[in-house]
Amino acid sequence: MTRNSLFAKLFSLIFAIFMLAPLVVVVGVAFTPEGFLEFPPSGISLRWFWAILDNPDFIDAAIMSLQLGVASATIATVICVPAALAIGGGRFAGRDALQALFLSPLTVPTVVLGIAFLRFLSMLGLNGTFGGLVFCHVVIVVPFVLRLVLASVTGLDPSIARAATSLGAGGWTVFRRITLPAIVPGIVGGWVLAFITSFDELTVTVFIVNPATTTLPVKLFSHITQTTDPLVASVSTVAILFTVALMLIVDRLYGLDRLLIGEGSR
Amino acid sequence: MTSARPWLLSAPALVIFAVMLLTPLVMTAVLSFNSFDFYGGIKPTFGFQNYADVLSDSYFYEIFLRTFLIALATTVIAALIGTPQAYFLLRMHPFWRSLMILVVLGPLLISVVVRTLGWAILLGNNGVINDALRSIGLIERPLKMMYTSGGIVLALVHVMVPFMILAVWAALQRQDPATEKAAESLGARPATVFRRIVLPQAMPGILSGSLIVFSLSASAFATPAILGGRRVKVVSTTVYDEFLNTLNWPLGAAIAVILLVSVLAIMVAWNKLVEKRFAGVFE
Repeated sequence: MTRNSLFAKLFSLIFAIFMLAPLVVVVGVAFTPEGFLEFPPSGISLRWFWAILDNPDFIDAAIMSLQLGVASATIATVICVPAALAIGGGRFAGRDALQALFLSPLTVPTVVLGIAFLRFLSMLGLNGTFGGLVFCHVVIVVPFVLRLVLASVTGLDPSIARAATSLGAGGWTVFRRITLPAIVPGIVGGWVLAFITSFDELTVTVFIVNPATTTLPVKLFSHITQTTDPLVASVSTVAILFTVALMLIVDRLYGLDRLLIGEGSR
Repeated sequence: MTSARPWLLSAPALVIFAVMLLTPLVMTAVLSFNSFDFYGGIKPTFGFQNYADVLSDSYFYEIFLRTFLIALATTVIAALIGTPQAYFLLRMHPFWRSLMILVVLGPLLISVVVRTLGWAILLGNNGVINDALRSIGLIERPLKMMYTSGGIVLALVHVMVPFMILAVWAALQRQDPATEKAAESLGARPATVFRRIVLPQAMPGILSGSLIVFSLSASAFATPAILGGRRVKVVSTTVYDEFLNTLNWPLGAAIAVILLVSVLAIMVAWNKLVEKRFAGVFE
């Protein structure tokens, strides 16, 4: 292992400050006792955290985001596992086109997806409904799930499944006893990444919610663009703590770099 | 095993994508050819009027130009910061490296709205940066950073640089560390090793990372909406206004289709260019 020079260390330090600064100020501002945004705070107060309890809008939006994340990540995982087994299982005519289609939501600008969903749902009269939101989010998160599940499917040793088959196991038994246990890390990683993506999504969601189905990012966004009080900072701080906790669990279980790069990189 | 099996396995996902992705996109394309008036709403006519309106108006021309310049500046800065940082990351002590990976990748998992709120607090006229500069006497009047393209680029770099680092890092992990050792043992200085050995091997990562960063920046919404507002409009915030404020959906759809087509065209052209210029790198 070669050592980094002083320049490299300094560069990394400044870079780390750059990456953390916006998060640190949000958390700092949340503890202000004043009625306006100030950093560093003139004192430490939990006033704006208690204020969240007086704003059920934010709590409802957070619950909506949790439900939406769980529902869309689960549906996406259920449809992606068989699709990944098909795409990762060998060559067939149309395989590349199928994979390109399932990854295409990453390429289409999100604002285009947003208006396309708005047009489609409002023609069906489903705009602003929870069911409509869930299926829009499924489309957005499928690429993330597919990439991770596909990575673990292509890492499978086909001879183990063949051995099981030759010993008389049926197709379903092979899947349940051999394939599924081997790809569980990819499935769990994919589900978590899908949940986080859905939980944080703004650009598409802002077009297709109504006041009753507003999600946390949309609520924060509309609050920030109208007024600036430390309430958005305290809500954001709770969201940051939630994400950090989730992140640490995932890093322990699966490895954050594997989750985000989508391949075994360690 | 029959040839129908992969299609049966993919059928649920395929049905959802046909209904929830392809149909809405086709409907949006059709919508962009319809017309609109403020009393009758959307009229199911067919014509190129919206495209003619957008392409002939210097107001929209300026918005598209600004959007692509912001995306270009973000991409260049992200590459200039992300490439050396990915290299330093690779050479770090494992403890510091795992800590740094959390610092680089963690923000990706936190909502862009929250991160942009942080930048709004930092960049405001009475924000953290201006207060600090004033208190040490470097400036008298606040630097204007909110509601400027520069502020948007700064915050977008923060959002995008992790993607660049991931792409460069993946490329550098495929390189043979012996090439660096060989150059060092032959007396090359660190800067020379970086420029002559590391950079060429990182190039595929820089190029693919640039593509991701550019296309995400060109369609970014939350950051320009919060830091630019109505004063510094980009394409995505313009589409938002047409759909949710002016309610001229056909015009908004035309702007969105132009964005989609130009982003796809730039991606295809970039790939062509890369394949031609760096054919040897991707064997």
